[in-house]
Amino acid sequence: MLLQFNLNGKDIELETRSDRRVIDLLREDLNLTGSKEACGAGECGACTIIVNGTTRLACLMLAAQLEGCRVLTIEGLGGPDANQLHPLQKAFIEGGAVQCGFCTPGMLLTANALLQKNPAPSASQIREAISGNLCRCTGYQKIIESIQLAANAKPGEE
Amino acid sequence: MSKVLIPRSLEQLWQLQAENKDNAVFAGGTDLLVKIRAGKPAPKALICLDRLDELKTITELPYEIALGAAVTPAQVLASPLIKNHFPVLNEALRHLGSPHIRNMGSLGGNIMTASPAGDSLPPLYVLQAAVELQSAAGTRKLQLKDFIRGPGQTQILQGEILSRIIIPKEPVFSHHFFEKVGLRQALAIAVVSLAALYNLDSKQTVSAIRLAWGSLGPTVVVQPEVEQFLLGKPLTTTRLTAAADLLKQRIEPISDIRAGADYRRRVAGNLLKRLNPNER
Ligand SMILES: Cc1cc2nc3c(=O)[nH]c(=O)nc-3n(C[C@H](O)[C@H](O)[C@H](O)COP(=O)(O)OP(=O)(O)OC[C@H]3O[C@@H](n4cnc5c(N)ncnc54)[C@H](O)[C@@H]3O)c2cc1C
Ligand code: FES
Ligand code: FES
Repeated sequence: MLLQFNLNGKDIELETRSDRRVIDLLREDLNLTGSKEACGAGECGACTIIVNGTTRLACLMLAAQLEGCRVLTIEGLGGPDANQLHPLQKAFIEGGAVQCGFCTPGMLLTANALLQKNPAPSASQIREAISGNLCRCTGYQKIIESIQLAANAKPGEE
Repeated sequence: MSKVLIPRSLEQLWQLQAENKDNAVFAGGTDLLVKIRAGKPAPKALICLDRLDELKTITELPYEIALGAAVTPAQVLASPLIKNHFPVLNEALRHLGSPHIRNMGSLGGNIMTASPAGDSLPPLYVLQAAVELQSAAGTRKLQLKDFIRGPGQTQILQGEILSRIIIPKEPVFSHHFFEKVGLRQALAIAVVSLAALYNLDSKQTVSAIRLAWGSLGPTVVVQPEVEQFLLGKPLTTTRLTAAADLLKQRIEPISDIRAGADYRRRVAGNLLKRLNPNER
């Protein structure tokens, strides 16, 4: 099928199989390897992307479902300039929220969706929001602190 | 290899179903795509219901509230209408899967999967919900308890979709209770869950009660005798303990990788005791 959607702010058009998993479309066909696949079954959140403003799992979506949608992946989080980091990314670096980094793209996009809806979340709201994103390294505490750091920094930054 | 089709109207859906005999519909795909990936044969056409506005709304009717089958758990949780009328449903969906699963899944998909552990089922049983089934030929309505026949089995016919879930607003219950015991807090399939609705009169005795357990049997478990036993009495720990004993004698719990039958029997009774706020 001919698939059209907006990816990280750019309208794109490509020929693909309609049942291609979105995670494969992103990683294999579009070379956007920031989105990770671990479980492939909805359990871990490594493949989290944002579609029309809400988080979704790219391992459980088929290409045709993206038709006409606005899609944000980790590659687009910082904005059009690939060298520009989002305040959340800066906070993750500063707060030591990254160890192996495998969960990080999904974690950042989930945190971004949270802050869009709730710019000043409590620690328990953050825990709830990231409860579908598993991290095997950090023990979550630094991730939660970093999201709070970004939330506090945001007004000054933008 | 399947062709994925995305109808924008019900007319288009009926047409696509007619043109593609070997098809399956899906909404979020959080059950179906996992099963296909695990080896379930994929149909030639996968028809996505997620863009059908008719199936995506929550509507207040004079005596009922109707939820489109493709409404997501996240949408239900954000609905003041549901929070006001049916807190028990709200509470149950709060614990379904993870935030991402709640953004993607659907109420209709949860019902159609008819898993013993389906989190929407016990609350929908106690609320005496009905399902509306629609096809090119017309519409029919069934009580949810008659619609679900067993794990993964419903009364749906070829060419039909589940279009709406319809919940009566009355009778009103002042107390809504849902608790699920899982193996962890998030992403936990229920080991046992209990949905309860009840009213207390001025003397704090039970004037009406409905109970439904999830993940205890092949489908939702109801126990009219246990309800009867609690009627007209206050929900004291003593009374609830006796009711739990009665329950434990009467049930034959399922046994699976998550828990054995004995553990389930005990948890089912303990959940009942938690109807007394002092036991929580
Ligand atoms: C990681 C993970 C965690 C989960 N945790 C839970 C949990 O805690 N509790 C729980 O209850 N469930 C859980 N689930 C299961 C699932 O997310 C829910 O059952 C969800 O509500 C299914 O909705 P869906 O739209 O994604 O279903 P789909 O996969 O789209 O559909 C499921 C089935 O129903 C059929 N179907 C769907 N909609 C219709 C319709 N309108 N008419 C006719 N047939 C239809 C499909 O053909 C398919 O057979 C989990 C799933 C995953 C992947
Ligand atoms: S890879 Fe998609 S949720 Fe784990
Ligand atoms: S940093 Fe390694 S999984 Fe989270």
